[in-house]
Amino acid sequence: MTISAKPHAIEVNNLVVSNGDVTAVRGVSFTIPHGGRMGLVGESGSGKSMTALALMGLLPMGWNTHGSILHDGVDLVTQSDKALSSRRGRTLSMVFQDPLSSLNPVRRVGDQISSVIRRHTGADRKVAEAQTIELIKQMNLPRPEQLVRAYPHEISGGQRQRIMIAMALACYPQLIIADEPTTALDVTVQKQVLRLLNGAVRDRGSALLMITHDLPIIAAMCDTVAVMYAGRIVEIGPVQEVFRNPRHHYTRGLLDSQPTMDNIALDGSSRLVSIPGMVPPLHSLPTGCAFNPRCPAATDKCREIMPELGSDGVSAACWHPIRLAGEVAAQ
Amino acid sequence: MAIYALRKLAFFLGAVFVASLAIFILIRAAGGNVAAIVLGKDATADAINALAHAYGLDQPLPVQYFNWITNMLQGDLGQSFRTKESVAELVTARLSVSVPLALSGLLLGLIIAIPVGTYAARNVGKPSGAVLALISQIGIAVPVFWAGILLSVLFGVKLGWLPTGGWIDWRESPIGAIRSLVLPVLSLGLIMAAVLIRYVRSAVLDVMNQDFVRTARAVGMTRTQALLSVGLRNAALPIVTIVGLQIAELIGGTVIIEMVFSLPGLSRMILANVAAREVIVVQSTVMLIIIFVIFVNFVVDLLYGVLDPRVRNAA
Repeated sequence: MTISAKPHAIEVNNLVVSNGDVTAVRGVSFTIPHGGRMGLVGESGSGKSMTALALMGLLPMGWNTHGSILHDGVDLVTQSDKALSSRRGRTLSMVFQDPLSSLNPVRRVGDQISSVIRRHTGADRKVAEAQTIELIKQMNLPRPEQLVRAYPHEISGGQRQRIMIAMALACYPQLIIADEPTTALDVTVQKQVLRLLNGAVRDRGSALLMITHDLPIIAAMCDTVAVMYAGRIVEIGPVQEVFRNPRHHYTRGLLDSQPTMDNIALDGSSRLVSIPGMVPPLHSLPTGCAFNPRCPAATDKCREIMPELGSDGVSAACWHPIRLAGEVAAQ
Repeated sequence: MAIYALRKLAFFLGAVFVASLAIFILIRAAGGNVAAIVLGKDATADAINALAHAYGLDQPLPVQYFNWITNMLQGDLGQSFRTKESVAELVTARLSVSVPLALSGLLLGLIIAIPVGTYAARNVGKPSGAVLALISQIGIAVPVFWAGILLSVLFGVKLGWLPTGGWIDWRESPIGAIRSLVLPVLSLGLIMAAVLIRYVRSAVLDVMNQDFVRTARAVGMTRTQALLSVGLRNAALPIVTIVGLQIAELIGGTVIIEMVFSLPGLSRMILANVAAREVIVVQSTVMLIIIFVIFVNFVVDLLYGVLDPRVRNAA
């Protein structure tokens, strides 16, 4: 492994994803170092899933990518489908939201995993099958020898997602993208699946891009977090810092609208708030900062000029970032 | 799978029984006095009674039904009133024309429709996809007899490559038999293909947007590999269903094609016997065709179970 020779698991520069009519991702940049973990949060329609699909080269028909995505020494944006396909599942892979619809319904789950191993390592059937059993054991699944012969509809949702994770991790990828991997699962198995994903990613030394709107998951699993709004990253930084002292008013709003045991009280004392207004549709974004119609601190400047992420210090794309106590408000 | 197959077999047998009852009631009970119909309006009462007695037509209907069924199970399909030929022999001779015609037509339709439909689905929204959709639409609008006549004019009259009609028996000259079948099969196959292309296209389009095709790509397949190995395998389910439903169309098509190309097939035999009021011949051959259609649907059901584990497990 020559991982250390390359600087990052992935380096995204000014990524733009559009289909001619609308632009779903409008200039997103971030890097994830090898073994690093970044969370990507935001409401539905903020562009987080489109960002993930663009990294994989799996955008729906008609969508185009601009900018650069550096991974394993190449710019993925310039690669052909064939060149990308030799990387997908090998150096970068993805776990999807709904494991039932994401697995081939007419193929045994063991075959689905072992075919990935055979495709990328050239292992023969016997070896690949033995590795599949081993992987399934690592996923804490019961009776691996029987399970490999099951079809997706014959096993539970949590088991299906573990199979998906096994497929994604089979070839020790440098980067794993998990797009809402537990949203479709029962609450009781969410934590088990996350714990498993967490351990399996750590054991392989892979980097992780975790997409979710569930902030506690990010807090527990990631070291950095990027907050997306209307196709842009509006705040990025170390998880502890961003969650403890959010700079962007949108991040603040997201944190305040998370139910916790103290703020969920249903008597009049509830502190659970929601962000007023709605995510703007991509085809009619407001000028200036896209968040300005919903922002408590918006001024004329916010309505006219789009703020950029600071390259140093302040990590929020905001003209009036929330100040820490003791910070002097610059005029 | 065994339980699933047994259930489908029971369903098949039940359907055959109901169909036989329906045919019998429609032709015998609702049709009036069979012997009188066969002999025509100038026949004497004595002649009618003699014929009815000779063929057991004077017995109670349940007895007649029972005799018909038990004879059929033993391979005896009755005989023609006029020529006294056995229906079984008549049918066997005709099947050597109709079965190759129908099966090759269907096969040709599939061979054309699966790749073309898949290509049309992959190129949806592009000019090439639209052109294919248009051609298929035109093909659906063209009646099968018209396609037959056009092909016959082109290859038979203008180019003189193939016979415009008629039949050379297999025993006489296998090559001749095949040559007589080429144009009929082509007409039937092209018309079948036009209909099937649309279904293949929509089945493939539907499957292409499924999450599991994206997953196949996410673990290392190219777009084309994912479509061919994962997509088509899943698209096979709706396509098989449509092929089963198209069997009735296919038989209708062979009737017309046999007329256009003067082929001595089963369909033409039935038409001739309807005109000649050969009630027994018609009843038995129609029953055979219905058994065939129900059997094809039985095979389709079995295939469905083979192709889709969710279907066979649901049994």
